[in-house]
Amino acid sequence: MLSLAVFLPIAGVLAIVLLPKEEEHRAKLIAAGVSAVVLALIAFMFVDYDRDRAGYQFVNSTTWLDSDFSNIKLKYAVGLDGLSLPLALLTAFLGLVSVLISWRIELRPREYFAWLLVLETSLLGVFSALDFVLFFLFWEIELVPMYFLISVWGSGNRVYSAWKYVLYTFFGSALMLVGILTLGFTADTFDIRQLARIGDINDAIIPTWAIFTLIISAFLIKLPIVPLHTWLPDAHTDAPTAVSVILAGVLLKMGGYGILRMSLSIMPDVARDASIWLAIIAAVSILYGALMTLIQQDLKRLIAYSSVSHMGYVLLGASAIGTVGLTGASMQMLTHGLITGMLFVLVGMVYDRAHTRNIADLSGLAPRMPFIAVMMVVAGLASLGLPALAGFVSEITVFLGTFEKHEVMTIAGVIGIAFAAGYILWTIQRVFWGAPDPRWESLVDATAWWERGPLLAMTAAIVAIGIYPAVMMDLFESGVTPIAQRLG
Amino acid sequence: MLLPLGSFGVITLVSFLGLTRDGSWSPRYSGYLTIAAIFVAFALSLWALDGAIDADGARVGFDGHKWVVVGELDVHIGITLDGLSAIMLVVVTSVSLLVQVYSQEYMRGDGGYNRYYAFMSLFTASMLGLVLASNIVQLFVFWELVGLCSYLLIGFWFYKDSARRAATKAFLVTRVGDLGFLIAILIIFSETGKLGIGDIHEAAIAGAVGSTALTLFALGLFAGAAGKSAQFPLHVWLPDAMEGPTPVSALIHAATMVAAGVYLVARFFPVFAESDEAITTVAAIGAITAIIASLLGIMATDIKRVMAYSTISQLGYMMMGLGVFGIVAAIFHLFTHAFFKALLFLGAGSVNHATGTFDMRRMGGLAKYMPVTFWTVFIASMALVGLPPLAGFWSKDEILSDAWDDRPWVFVVALIGVFLTAVYVGRMLFLTFGGEYKGGEESEHGEPGVHSEPHESPTLMLVPLVVLAVMAAVAGLVNIDDGLKTLIEGWLPRESEELVTHGGFQWWIALSSTAAGLAGLGVAWLVYGARVVESDRVRHIAEPLPEILENKYYLDWLYEEFFVRGLVLGGAAWLLSLWDRYVIDGAVNGVGTVARWSADQARLVQAGQAQLYASVMLIGVVGAIAGILIIDPK
Repeated sequence: MLSLAVFLPIAGVLAIVLLPKEEEHRAKLIAAGVSAVVLALIAFMFVDYDRDRAGYQFVNSTTWLDSDFSNIKLKYAVGLDGLSLPLALLTAFLGLVSVLISWRIELRPREYFAWLLVLETSLLGVFSALDFVLFFLFWEIELVPMYFLISVWGSGNRVYSAWKYVLYTFFGSALMLVGILTLGFTADTFDIRQLARIGDINDAIIPTWAIFTLIISAFLIKLPIVPLHTWLPDAHTDAPTAVSVILAGVLLKMGGYGILRMSLSIMPDVARDASIWLAIIAAVSILYGALMTLIQQDLKRLIAYSSVSHMGYVLLGASAIGTVGLTGASMQMLTHGLITGMLFVLVGMVYDRAHTRNIADLSGLAPRMPFIAVMMVVAGLASLGLPALAGFVSEITVFLGTFEKHEVMTIAGVIGIAFAAGYILWTIQRVFWGAPDPRWESLVDATAWWERGPLLAMTAAIVAIGIYPAVMMDLFESGVTPIAQRLG
Repeated sequence: MLLPLGSFGVITLVSFLGLTRDGSWSPRYSGYLTIAAIFVAFALSLWALDGAIDADGARVGFDGHKWVVVGELDVHIGITLDGLSAIMLVVVTSVSLLVQVYSQEYMRGDGGYNRYYAFMSLFTASMLGLVLASNIVQLFVFWELVGLCSYLLIGFWFYKDSARRAATKAFLVTRVGDLGFLIAILIIFSETGKLGIGDIHEAAIAGAVGSTALTLFALGLFAGAAGKSAQFPLHVWLPDAMEGPTPVSALIHAATMVAAGVYLVARFFPVFAESDEAITTVAAIGAITAIIASLLGIMATDIKRVMAYSTISQLGYMMMGLGVFGIVAAIFHLFTHAFFKALLFLGAGSVNHATGTFDMRRMGGLAKYMPVTFWTVFIASMALVGLPPLAGFWSKDEILSDAWDDRPWVFVVALIGVFLTAVYVGRMLFLTFGGEYKGGEESEHGEPGVHSEPHESPTLMLVPLVVLAVMAAVAGLVNIDDGLKTLIEGWLPRESEELVTHGGFQWWIALSSTAAGLAGLGVAWLVYGARVVESDRVRHIAEPLPEILENKYYLDWLYEEFFVRGLVLGGAAWLLSLWDRYVIDGAVNGVGTVARWSADQARLVQAGQAQLYASVMLIGVVGAIAGILIIDPK
């Protein structure tokens, strides 16, 4: 069933590609249908997952490539555990959201929706792969749709941004590939479950810390950390709205997921030694990202930089190398995905209407578009960590988990949320509450079902997690507990 | 008993949800629904108070409910009902009830009527949640939620630039204090592994926490309390918060939310009592705040701002009370202050209703036009000054005598504070109600009104005023035979209870504070009533104090221009943006130029079919892996 969910979007791609040109308006219906079914499948797995029996469930596994020269088998193996299941659910959810908010795409819709579906398959693949090489393949495939989506359907300096994105990621991937191969050949397996059981290997041709560094580099670029973050604001700013949503909502989580699943889990001894460095990098990213956010003039760039800051909390939680911190980190990935995804949807709607994202030009939009304004306030408050909304739960869990181990860095992180309040409130104050500007008299509110539906669904998820976090928290805990045990 | 208590929140939240659905919903219903919900909550609070009295103020236990349990982290949310929270419940619900009734008239015809009642309901619910919280994280959650409501209600008239700014400022300044609160939570969790409030008390008393950590914990909490209760140097947001509707100021920014900081310190009294540094800080900050705020109150020309400074200064008194281990006196003062200060604000609202302005220089002579408003405000003012036998006298006297018992220097400061309070109260009364009427102005809502002939406010607004005036007059009597003592102390662990100061009633203290109050009123009468002394001459003699006061000690400038615009935005963030653009991106683009050569090759493919490009890439990756597999020596 999991394999079906992962590859169903590819079937959707075939269906879309086979559509005749004059029927191309159906592409979005196919895409919506396929992503809805994928969401339903994963939601079913979410409910069906046996929480008492932690570990990987829904596993499909076959040997895929067998070499005569070595005793290594490359496997096609997928499965979900408490860590990956919520992230897969997030992917499927935002996948559907991104199709819906693209309802008005006019330019080459067949290709657009086909690429979105390819992207969805690769992301689901990353989160469910149980073989390191398979993981890497899905990780790489994701670049292709991203490149085209940004460079064809983007805005502004889109080709530059797309290339920058690809180059950055390729650079990380190259390092990761070397790391994976060294690791795999030394341990005689690429199976993530076996690698985790073996623990640190010490007989590789390069030191273990070098392997650790090679592999984690790719994840840190993806997360991203300062100073490897400059691809993110460009890619976000120039990408179409739906791609920004996926980029912030899911793609960055590939980095965080990789750190937890690969770096910490497979090389716990090195990870323990590296934890203080991770904490320092996290604190720098949080504060640097937050300060940069404060002076951004473009709404999308602003949210992009706030992502740099917020993803720093993921790394901070990971650096705690304990159950609480890791749960907080994974929770932060989920909540950031929802919240920032929602912010990008909203900014996209504002941009569609006003054709500018410049904060200085926008003013007094609340009376013109009350629905968007209310949603923006909700998402903004969630983003600045207001209790009873999702962001607070993950942030405080990260802080509580990390403080004992890295006091100073955690306090730096806490200071970051004061900046967050500043940039969010100032932005809302200027854009939505400012004096009404005659230029924006004619703008209309979000009224279509495909605009309101996703926003309301995201709000519901953010409020639900904020009020009763245990529903996700318990699952994440079961996922990270084995990792924490290896680390502890 | 758990169910009805839980329903406080539920009822008010339900009304909150109901309110957001407008359409056929008549705005008046929102008001009725809110009032009904809060009335039920008030009745339940009285019941809870009754239960607490029966238990002699000790904690009535309830089981918690699991919220977050991860590894060693265990957050169970629950309810703390004891004497302290019962008193707070009654204060919150009774003032809230009266304010909602008053608002029916005050907010009539405002476009945001539904929104107003929705936020007010949410606020009341959150405030009750804050008071009842049994876990420090739970307390923090509601702490932030009342802050949110405050933010939303200050910015209620969001089309006014000043309101927007004030709202954002309030949220950000209190958040600075909340960072301390949050760090305090982290400290105590890493020290004890516990987050339940009772568990923290036990750990603190048992000495399970290192003394440095305990002090830091207490100071962190106090930072949060100072933000919320507008204590120096985080008091700057409260005067600006007067941009919100006046009933909001009465409920949130006078009677309840701003007292949450005092409640927080009282709730963690067992912790503060263990740390000498922490409790001294509380006393000192309270003393500084009480003095600087009452000085500012003498200069303000806006009647609401006078009262805002007065609130800050009275909160300073409560902190001083806590700082001398006088928890009973402090909470008693919180109790009486809630009534007379809410009354003063509602009175200011009534005055505004008649004159259309908050500027005292444009009022005058209102006593004869608005007798009910005048007499109620007069009672509240005298209670604020602390003249016997009004409520403020008893509670303030208790703080004074506790201070004399514990730290005499606090007593001296407090006595000076009484004098200054009387000066600004007298000035406010003489300017507003004395002399001749000076015209008024356009109303707060913006509709042009004719205010040439001020009139008394409608009955619906006067009833709450009268009820509050009665409370302001007699609320002090509840503690005349130490009735509150057992209630407020009953929940404390025995070790902490022994530390509480009980100064007791002393004639000379009562007389000297009354004398200080009368002296202050006398000075105000000389300058603003009889005008025997020119205010300009006083001003001239006191140079440069008035100028410093007019600039509010230059704190706004220091925070906004120097820290925020100068250091953070202009300095750090600007430098980082240069670094981002030139150094990091410079390096990246350098790499990019090298890579462009290969990019040019790729461009041939790019022009063609996208699918082709994708498959080439996929084949390339698979091929590379297969190649390595084959080449590998093993």
